[in-house]
Amino acid sequence: MKNRHLWLYFLFMSGSVLIGTVPILLQAAETPTASMLANSCAGCHGTNGSSVGPASPTIAGISNDYFIETMQAYKKGTRPATIMTRIAKGYTDEEIKLMAGFFSKQKFIRYEQNFDPAKARAGKKLHKKYCDKCHEDAGRSAEDDAGILAGQWAPYLRYSMDDFNSGNREMEKKMKKKMDILKKKEGDEGVEQLIHFYSSQK
Amino acid sequence: MSHIDRRSFLTLAGGTVFATALGYPMISFGTGKRVVIIGGGIGGATAAKYIRMADPSIEVTLVEPKKTYHTCFLSNEILGGNRDFKTIAFGYEGLKKRGVNVMHEIAIDIDATAKTVTLKGGKKLGYDACIVSPGISFKWDAIEGYDANVAKTLPHAWHAGPQTVLLRDQVRAMPDGGNVIIVAPPNPFRCPPGPYERASQIAWYLKNNKPKSKIFILDNKKKFSKQKLFQAGWQRHYGFNTDHSMIEWISGDAGGKVTRVDAKAMIAEAGVDFKGSVINVIPPQQAGRIAFAGDLVDKKGWCPVKQNTFESTRHSDIYVVGDASVAAPLPKSGYAANSEAKVCAAAVVAKLNGQSAPVPSYVNTCYSLITPNDGMSVAMVYRFDKQKGKVIKVKGSGGLTSDKASAEMRKREVSYAHSWFMNITRDTFF
Ligand SMILES: Cc1cc2nc3c(=O)[nH]c(=O)nc-3n(C[C@H](O)[C@H](O)[C@H](O)COP(=O)(O)OP(=O)(O)OC[C@H]3O[C@@H](n4cnc5c(N)ncnc54)[C@H](O)[C@@H]3O)c2cc1C
Ligand code: HEC
Ligand code: HEC
Repeated sequence: MKNRHLWLYFLFMSGSVLIGTVPILLQAAETPTASMLANSCAGCHGTNGSSVGPASPTIAGISNDYFIETMQAYKKGTRPATIMTRIAKGYTDEEIKLMAGFFSKQKFIRYEQNFDPAKARAGKKLHKKYCDKCHEDAGRSAEDDAGILAGQWAPYLRYSMDDFNSGNREMEKKMKKKMDILKKKEGDEGVEQLIHFYSSQK
Repeated sequence: MSHIDRRSFLTLAGGTVFATALGYPMISFGTGKRVVIIGGGIGGATAAKYIRMADPSIEVTLVEPKKTYHTCFLSNEILGGNRDFKTIAFGYEGLKKRGVNVMHEIAIDIDATAKTVTLKGGKKLGYDACIVSPGISFKWDAIEGYDANVAKTLPHAWHAGPQTVLLRDQVRAMPDGGNVIIVAPPNPFRCPPGPYERASQIAWYLKNNKPKSKIFILDNKKKFSKQKLFQAGWQRHYGFNTDHSMIEWISGDAGGKVTRVDAKAMIAEAGVDFKGSVINVIPPQQAGRIAFAGDLVDKKGWCPVKQNTFESTRHSDIYVVGDASVAAPLPKSGYAANSEAKVCAAAVVAKLNGQSAPVPSYVNTCYSLITPNDGMSVAMVYRFDKQKGKVIKVKGSGGLTSDKASAEMRKREVSYAHSWFMNITRDTFF
């Protein structure tokens, strides 16, 4: 062990030390690190962004672009919120980008939720028909920059759907089209079934 | 060095050389990485977890007398009959799983020169960094007739646990038509909106069970946290500003300053005498006792710190987080204690690895619940101003729930308050 220590010591002394000091120089700037910023969200969104519920959303695994869009919308006040509009205003564009990098790399941990199996089965079909195009892999994928739906907390999904359907939250044009057809054909029950499907996924 | 596995050995070696390159002296192996944390509440437990997460080669010992910690936050819901007492209890198994050495002991002294913490049992623990998060203690001599002994019958319930149960049971046992007296403390104190949320929750219980009863808040102050929102909520639900208001708030100016309580006669003496079926005295506060023993307090009884690291300005290598520290504009709240502890943990990890303190970032949020369906919040983002050497609010951020918020949004705030409770306790203890 002792020799190993010396060996490492020389390795570091001969070259890597310079590289090693770079982050420290950068840190002298006033922007906190991504983890320093992200840690302060954990009280509501869970350690590393996976919420244990019952309502506040998991933001781990979120797509980089959707995160930035969302935080910017909160900052401008164009997306309805109980509290995020007040919080997002505390961060610069650069800090938002840093946090996007952090949260998009975290694993979305899914916790068990109560759901009605019959509704979830019906919801699965509706999802395939109306939603899977932009919320791929049964709503598990982040790649569509549209928010992860599978395993998201049901009350949060319900609030989001209410906000979309009341017109308080702007819906992407094509999503609105699909949603309108869904509502017409399946009514509020269809929306409920979708929520049960998403919250049934582990 | 036998207890250091190979992976942490590598980290340690890296850290050591890093330090040398920056002109720090070499850290010798086997020492240099021991952290002792006093207090396993919100600040202390969070610091323990986040230090272990950032650098598992650091030995962390947490000293906390209680095997079960009861959160103060949401304990008011228990008084309103809206929460079960069991749900606010947390143990230390989660932290033990993270490799934290938990000792159920009381710290009685800190020696900043020898760098040791003395435990009541006689043991001394050596440290390289000591983090102190003992919360608050009470100024028992401030109100005549009220001391630790009287608190056994007239609860303060400002440390959650048996005191919470006592107050709940007294409110349940009182006659319909009786008065509940809440004596609110002067600034600064733990949880500025707390006494007013308490009044709201007790009012909820009384409205549904003993509607002829009344609550008097006898206050030392001229105004209080979230005042407009509380009063609007009381107006919506408890007849505030009408002849049969369930809640009366009497400010210090208007005769609300309590100078004496008589536990036998059940009277709180202010401008006039107030007779209560239940008297809840929340006494004036100061830092936890160990902060006095460790010479960490200023004249006012709180611990001044460098607000970017939470290192004491009185003794180096001792850090104070949570309610005991002077962290204003951060309030004495659970969210703030959790946020401060993470900033402190990062600073301690950096220091023990010979690096400079990272740039901090802090958040605070406090929810207050007026009924099971009507909630509100205050939120703020903070940063450290190098020139001023102080924490400052980020301009334009934060603030209160809008007074125009719809009933639907206020209902959502309740479910998000419950989510906050679940997530912050998980983030702290597991
Ligand atoms: C009624 C009420 C409602 C509240 N509501 C909210 C809310 O909604 N939101 C919010 O954010 N905050 C709320 N708070 C405030 C919150 O509870 C505190 O701010 C928070 O607990 C502070 O954390 P701390 O680590 O400083 O102290 P604590 O959590 O009190 O922890 C201190 C710990 O140190 C231990 N200790 C003390 N002395 C020693 C010693 N000598 N040796 C070893 N251990 C010791 C104690 O046993 C204790 O476990 C509320 C408080 C009250 C009273
Ligand atoms: C006090 C609790 C709280 C804190 C602190 C908080 N959030 Fe939120 N967050 C919420 C709530 C509640 C929502 C749902 C929207 C609303 O009502 O505000 C939300 C929604 C979000 C969303 C939208 C998720 C989606 O799927 O569209 C993102 C992204 C987000 N928060 C990021 C953050 C970041 C980043 C931080 C830290 C800088 C943070 N939040 C701090 C409570 C909080
Ligand atoms: C044409 C693409 C498209 C289709 C189809 C679509 N969506 Fe979306 N969806 C989006 C986009 C883009 C967003 C992000 C919107 C934003 O920025 O607020 C989104 C967001 C959402 C959100 C909010 C996620 C969050 O974390 O806040 C929900 C819920 C949602 N969609 C549900 C559905 C459902 C249910 C369907 C099927 C009925 C559906 N979507 C169909 C594109 C689509």
